[in-house]
Amino acid sequence: MKLKIYALIFFLHFSSILSANQIVDQNAIHKNLRCLVCQGQSIADSNSDFAQTLKMVVKDLINQGKTEEEIYDFLSDKYGDWILYKPKFNLENFLLWFFPYIVLIAGGFIIVFLIKKRSKKV
Amino acid sequence: MRKTIKSITLIVLIFILGVFFISLNKSTDYNTEHLIGNKLNKIKFESLEHKKIFTEEDFKKNNYTLINFWASWCAPCRIEHPILIKLSKEQNLKILGVNFKDKKINALKFLKDLGNPYDYLAKDTSGKESVNYGIYGIPESILIDNKYIIQKKFIGPLNLKDYDDILEVINSL
Repeated sequence: MKLKIYALIFFLHFSSILSANQIVDQNAIHKNLRCLVCQGQSIADSNSDFAQTLKMVVKDLINQGKTEEEIYDFLSDKYGDWILYKPKFNLENFLLWFFPYIVLIAGGFIIVFLIKKRSKKV
Repeated sequence: MRKTIKSITLIVLIFILGVFFISLNKSTDYNTEHLIGNKLNKIKFESLEHKKIFTEEDFKKNNYTLINFWASWCAPCRIEHPILIKLSKEQNLKILGVNFKDKKINALKFLKDLGNPYDYLAKDTSGKESVNYGIYGIPESILIDNKYIIQKKFIGPLNLKDYDDILEVINSL
């Protein structure tokens, strides 16, 4: 009997963890999807008809067992990369991803160089 | 060293100005032109009037099919309706009307009042099916060939220019 109770508690605990994860994932996906008919809003922030439909589609895709990436692939295939707030990494936008790092490294070199130069003068 | 810093600053400045210049001159209007040339897979629509599912097989024999998403509550759909009526007389073209988030009674009244240009009448009550076609508002229309390749996509009500564009495609056979 005790074993059954433990099993039930474990099952309930495990299923609640799973459902909590799903809610988190779903919200994260909503936040990364642009509402195409709104002004700068994600579908998480919008109650528009389009946002509501997309939320239902995302829910269906999650229920079908699709991963976050697969959902983004599906929707960007239908609406283009514009629908994603976080752009995908590809040839067209690699500068967008790397430019901040390039600037950071270049800035670091300049600072190091200036410090060295100053210390030489002193 | 100062020269190097100056040149790096200049390059960065030119780059930033370049990005601004390109971005500001680029149209920010969202469009789904990238869908042109794509193949529609797994076409599946529920019939509005009967217990039937329309699939690719139903459109296979048509040279061209225009999929039009419409609703009785949509004012621009009334504007484009005369164009659809004109297109319905074309021999190379069949029109599939997808009634979007609408009530059957209102949809049928709309067609009774304004005429029915559709060879196939389907429905998408929840709007979820339309996401598969990149639809984000209505009216929208997609022209496909008999291999289900998207030839044209029209966002908003069809106008006379769109009508000519469609004729050009369907008469190019």
